[in-house]
Amino acid sequence: MTQTAPRVMQDEEDVLDVRNLGISFRTPAGEIPAVRDVSFRIRRGETLALVGESGSGKSVTSLGILRLTPKPPFCSITGQVLLRGRDGTVRDLASLPEDEMRDVRGRDAAMVFQEPMTSLNPVHRVGDQIAESIRFHEGLSRRAALDKAAGLLDLVGIPDPRRRLGAYPHELSGGMRQRVMIAMALACEPRLLIADEPTTALDVTIQAQILDLLRRLQERTRMAVIFITHNLGVVAEIADRVMVMYSGRVVEQAAVRPLFRSPLMPYTRGLLRSVPRLDFAGLGREPLAAIPGTVPDPLEPPPGCSFGPRCGGFLPGTCDAAVPPLEEARPGHQVRCVRWSALTGEAA
Amino acid sequence: MHPQPNEAPPLLEVQELRKWYGGPREGLFRRRSVVKAVDGVSFDIRRGEVLSLVGESGSGKSTVGRTVLRLTSPTSGRIRFAGDDITTLSRDAMRPFRQKMQLVFQDPYASLNPKMTVEDIVGAPVEIHEPGLPRAARRQRVEETLALVGLLPSHAARYPHEFSGGQRQRIGIARALIMQPQLLIADEPVSALDVSIQAQVVNLMLELKERLGLTILFISHDLAVVGHISDRIAVMYLGRLVEVAPTRALFTMPRHPYTEALLSAVPIPDPTIQRERIMLTGDMPSPLDPPSGCSFRTRCRYALPACAGAVPALREVAPGHMKACIRDDLHLAAPTGLAA
Repeated sequence: MTQTAPRVMQDEEDVLDVRNLGISFRTPAGEIPAVRDVSFRIRRGETLALVGESGSGKSVTSLGILRLTPKPPFCSITGQVLLRGRDGTVRDLASLPEDEMRDVRGRDAAMVFQEPMTSLNPVHRVGDQIAESIRFHEGLSRRAALDKAAGLLDLVGIPDPRRRLGAYPHELSGGMRQRVMIAMALACEPRLLIADEPTTALDVTIQAQILDLLRRLQERTRMAVIFITHNLGVVAEIADRVMVMYSGRVVEQAAVRPLFRSPLMPYTRGLLRSVPRLDFAGLGREPLAAIPGTVPDPLEPPPGCSFGPRCGGFLPGTCDAAVPPLEEARPGHQVRCVRWSALTGEAA
Repeated sequence: MHPQPNEAPPLLEVQELRKWYGGPREGLFRRRSVVKAVDGVSFDIRRGEVLSLVGESGSGKSTVGRTVLRLTSPTSGRIRFAGDDITTLSRDAMRPFRQKMQLVFQDPYASLNPKMTVEDIVGAPVEIHEPGLPRAARRQRVEETLALVGLLPSHAARYPHEFSGGQRQRIGIARALIMQPQLLIADEPVSALDVSIQAQVVNLMLELKERLGLTILFISHDLAVVGHISDRIAVMYLGRLVEVAPTRALFTMPRHPYTEALLSAVPIPDPTIQRERIMLTGDMPSPLDPPSGCSFRTRCRYALPACAGAVPALREVAPGHMKACIRDDLHLAAPTGLAA
């Protein structure tokens, strides 16, 4: 990759600055662009929620940031991923050599996945799994690393942490495993935590515990969090800002309140309306406002706006003419829809 | 539950249902421990009603569904379908009842055979129950049923992998409907689907219920969906029912502390809502070693010493509203913004 743009972040508080990120996969059926032209910044202590349905590119974006996607030529990454590390240095992760990338993962940026059982190694004790990262990045002895691991298990609310160090993943409940994953991710106090659907596999009462835990940890460490989810209730609860993705592109980005109060993109409005509301429970059964159709096939995207075929505001000749640009509709509120003003009745 | 002297019996009556796994067979050195997956569950479903069974993983809600269908035999208790006792029927004797009660599965990817066409998948129940039916007649039944769930006749010749998750769930529903069942047992039918697609499938189920007069046992952990679809809701915890109530009453006036905590844990898609969350500590206890007395007492913020004494009975505390909790002095909170 050519390295012409300077590795400068505009703001000291910025932890991550993603510029024009593109990720595509080579498949027998052809080149699939999974993520196209994604740009965003995230500051210390901030939580950015990445929202979208299956195939929207939200998980691939997060994997691409840490370069956990397959190696070239099966997968190619374009654009810049500037990360300010723990030592203050700014690196472009999109072009960093793999051995340096290994130092970044876990130390400057860490990740928590959806399914804690498949992300933990079943044949190693959880204490050793947490200690491994500490020993790798900080060069501590096994004993010192295990001491630190016990402190981390205590921090994430696991009772009797010393004893739990010796437990195997299958001996823990789903919620406990996810706490272990979080402890592991936090072991080296990263600046950036990427959490990919971390509560989706958990029961609601356990989800509430984990969200509460993440919030408390973030207050303490001021780490930046990218929280990937499809659950709009969770978004409302934890996000400062929200980025909505559809078919590999960002279609709307705004602070959490304006996004929920006055969403500008028809897709976002449709998503918000399709969730059954608790306050209407048991009051008759108006059909839910479902979005018709399904997400487009990435190999055969529709012309123009990729949400066009499912959109109630679709205007032939306009919406299918070209991919709409991401427009700054209000300060800090971006939308990818040429008709947002006409459809919402709000002035541009 | 409700005395209805002039009406037909409920379509489904479940009394003191128990399903224990493991048990008394003695091993070489010690007794096998018992998991009481379902431990004394009783409920009725009236014709045309949607009853939801909600609870977290390990609560036993899916086991109730499977036991009612006799996919697994109950340890004890009684199951009546349209007045007929089906608790101990043999496989053959059960066959005519299987047409009348059908299951919709959670995972539309795992529950459809990838090597079969949609016609063969949806037509399979016909093959079993009406083996003599000519192929053309079967084909017509399949096409009619596909139309019912919003699919096209041309879809019959295709394979599952050619469909999206939402369409696959429609295929699963078509398979359940082709024998024109009276009772549909839907076990987390929309949990694997995206939000926008989930709404399509929920709408479809409600539309079919109206058109076909279906009775539905809806098993789910998603309280928002359950609040939309159900007439009544039964809340399960560790193998037992802790509360049964009409939907609106459950959401506005929960009577059991577990229901209160469960409702308060549901994230509401409105960032302006500030609310006091009841945080349950710890996990659900192991069903191998449940607490004595009320099984929720170890996580209950209202627990008293007396709660350890005996298993609280499910009793009616308001018309149609039952709870299994000895404390009648509690004023429990409804989720923010909800009033009766």
